[in-house]
Amino acid sequence: MQKILIIMKNIFSENMKMADLVLGNSKLLLMFPRFGMDLGFGDHSIAEVCAMNNVNTTFFLMICNVYCNNDYTPSPDDIAAVDLKALVNYLLESHKYYLNERLPHIEEHLNHIINACNPKYGKMLHRFFEEYKNEVVDHFIYEEKKVFPYLQQLVNQNVKTDYKIKVFHENHTNIEDKLSDLMNILVKYLPADVFPKERIEIALDINELSADLMSHALIEERILIPFVESLEA
Amino acid sequence: MKSDNKIIIVEPSPIISAGLASYFDDTKQISIVSQLDRIDRMEEKLAAYNPDILIINPLLIAYDTNEQFLKICRDFSNVIPVALVSSYIDSGILKQFKDVIEINDSKQKVISKIFNLLSDSNTSQDKPESVELSNRETDVLVALVKGMTNKEISDKLFISVHTVITHRKNIIRKTGIKSVSGLTVYALLNNLVDESEIYGN
Repeated sequence: MQKILIIMKNIFSENMKMADLVLGNSKLLLMFPRFGMDLGFGDHSIAEVCAMNNVNTTFFLMICNVYCNNDYTPSPDDIAAVDLKALVNYLLESHKYYLNERLPHIEEHLNHIINACNPKYGKMLHRFFEEYKNEVVDHFIYEEKKVFPYLQQLVNQNVKTDYKIKVFHENHTNIEDKLSDLMNILVKYLPADVFPKERIEIALDINELSADLMSHALIEERILIPFVESLEA
Repeated sequence: MKSDNKIIIVEPSPIISAGLASYFDDTKQISIVSQLDRIDRMEEKLAAYNPDILIINPLLIAYDTNEQFLKICRDFSNVIPVALVSSYIDSGILKQFKDVIEINDSKQKVISKIFNLLSDSNTSQDKPESVELSNRETDVLVALVKGMTNKEISDKLFISVHTVITHRKNIIRKTGIKSVSGLTVYALLNNLVDESEIYGN
């Protein structure tokens, strides 16, 4: 029992080699740019790479653990030690990545399909994707304009609103539904003769994006919300 | 045969209804999910439980409601209708049913009839559950993508809001699409609605 608890607590440790961590968990690849880290780790340990990039090792490991283990919940002590600036910065970088890299990538492929298929279908696919993008943008704007400034006020012990993180928790809309809808449309419903290769490209992109969005949501639920709740208490 | 088969009984006599239900008490693969004494709420229950078998007393299907009953059978084409007969019934009516249970049938006989029906239906459609939308579900889908609210749909189709919600759940389950805008794309691709009806001009 003791042993299991220890494993649960620290699935990755700071003395592991950074390269081994990534090679064993390819979904972590997306995370490095958000910490401002570049690949090419050589034999450096996780702690060394973090130190070189001014990243708090505990926080880095916490994010890795949430990313790779759906069941992982950080301990209250770990939560209490979180540096708000690092957390918000990480989330902001993720938002930027989705908006500036992933979505345009999917859109580019989708546009090829839109231009090639029956204009009637093309128009509605275009409309569908525009709606989805707006939904994602709104979701991120809400967090950046409403939630993150509130966190800053909390940390500064200078709260000016009666906003509570519970509101965020309740309104945390699901931005994955439409992605899975798009996947269904591509795989099941769009006539088979339309750009088969391109469709597979998009499907792969969507898979990657939805897995990453899922981890993003987990980070908000397992780290951000408990952190704020501990400050509100 | 599946391990969880659902039956709805529609029978005006509470004694007969309870007696028939008790036949299935110790049959693990079968559960009686609803017992009704009239047919007015039958459509709602069918939508809610999606049963395998509907056992109904044909006397409840008077001549003026026969059309309505046939329509329900078409809308829920995966439900097997079985007649529960306690008096003489015209054979023209009985042929709408897959099988007939008579009130003096033994427990063993009733159970074997039901088991036969269930195993027939499973072998004949030995593929994933039907994903075809029923007529009713299509009506709800079309109204939904035209932007109608649950309440408006309920008024238009003369069904309760609760039933609208159940239809919506079934639509999501069958199509795999959760958002209204995704369903709009689905409806257009399947020519269920015209572009002009949704986006205006």
